[in-house]
Amino acid sequence: MTGTTTPAGATLTKDQMAARVAADIPAGAYVNLGIGLPTLVGDHLPPGSGVTLHTENGMLGMGPRPAPDDVDPELINAGKVPVTELPGASYFHQADSFAMMRGGHIDVCVLGAFQVSVRGDLANWSTGAPDAIPAVGGAMDLAVGARRTVVMMSLLTKEGGPKLVGDCTLPLTGLACVSRVYTDRAVLDVGPGCDPDGRAVVVERFGVSHAELEELLGLALGGAS
Amino acid sequence: MTRVAASALEALGEVPDGATVMIGGFGPAGQPVELVEALLAHGATGLVVVSNNAGNGDDALARLVRDGRVRRIVCSFPRQVDSWHFDAAYRAGRIELELVPQGNLAERIRAAGAGIGAFFTPTGYGTPLAEGKETRVLDGVPMVLETPIRADVALVKAHRADAAGNLVYRRTARNFGPVMATAARRTVAQVREVVPAGALDPEAVVTPGIYVEAVVALDGGTAIAGVGA
Repeated sequence: MTGTTTPAGATLTKDQMAARVAADIPAGAYVNLGIGLPTLVGDHLPPGSGVTLHTENGMLGMGPRPAPDDVDPELINAGKVPVTELPGASYFHQADSFAMMRGGHIDVCVLGAFQVSVRGDLANWSTGAPDAIPAVGGAMDLAVGARRTVVMMSLLTKEGGPKLVGDCTLPLTGLACVSRVYTDRAVLDVGPGCDPDGRAVVVERFGVSHAELEELLGLALGGAS
Repeated sequence: MTRVAASALEALGEVPDGATVMIGGFGPAGQPVELVEALLAHGATGLVVVSNNAGNGDDALARLVRDGRVRRIVCSFPRQVDSWHFDAAYRAGRIELELVPQGNLAERIRAAGAGIGAFFTPTGYGTPLAEGKETRVLDGVPMVLETPIRADVALVKAHRADAAGNLVYRRTARNFGPVMATAARRTVAQVREVVPAGALDPEAVVTPGIYVEAVVALDGGTAIAGVGA
């Protein structure tokens, strides 16, 4: 897949990004999807994939949103959105739910991010604004606890600045915890061991050349161009 | 020996000023709404509250915060679309916040209940939330030392109790209830129904009655407040 470009030559929509993330999730995996963009991945898991979704507020076997008449206020996901229960589901308390993550039992965790560094550092809990009301939730546990932590985000901020960076400038969530970043313009591997020269490595590009990606990010990137 | 109380206030009992109070719930699910209302009516102040969130809308926890009854809150996710009372108190410097990653919050509460003196975990290493904490590299992994969180009183919501204080929960409303019940000197549970001892399947009990000081049957359903992170 290295260095390929989509035939359409366009950047991905959010749903296309979610489908791209879903395509890499192994059949039968136990997966946690973070709040926001990563939640979309659940809609793109192929039927029969046997993937079990974990929600850190205490459930395995989470199903999609219910019909309005079937909303149960006691059946919600980590984003406090109503969900449903699939056959084989189970419930457990918070310490068990986080032990599941922290003990390395969750195969894949998909998180959103403000910034990811080429070393795999993650910043996704605080914008660093001085008057911001802080909140961290389960982000720090998920980042370091899952066997594989990947990020799904736009490549650039609304202002056009890179979100994949040499060094995170925002408060960190975890060090060297992210292994792959799925964005609207490219899929890149990051973190220790992905490149002998310590660069992020381009896995796939969408509507941009390797050189354009390097220019957008201001980084030298690995992966054949 | 578990008491079966006739009202939320009676179940709550005496809460001294300055007490540490754990409040179960994740968002609206599992919130012991009527017990927190009782705490509001009781009048105790200078409280330290341990809870995943810091109040939604004008709910009882939000009103405790608004009325200056909470000196300090230990919590993982205070920011909500409708956490305006906490936001105002925090910005005005009227409330102290200890922000704790959710897994550390759960495990620190569990540690208190299990008599564990402290534990090392990789969560938060190298982040602002671990600043000033002791660290150690164990098996090649950098870890942070975390200490237990205990309380004087835990307020939890379960689905059903029996007269022996055994509790069963419902769906994702279970969340913090079982660990908080173990970590407080006194745990008070509100439930939809109290059944006679023997009516709950012992195999299905989640919180054994040894952890529960009082139960009260209240028919308060949870309402979905603001939907948001």
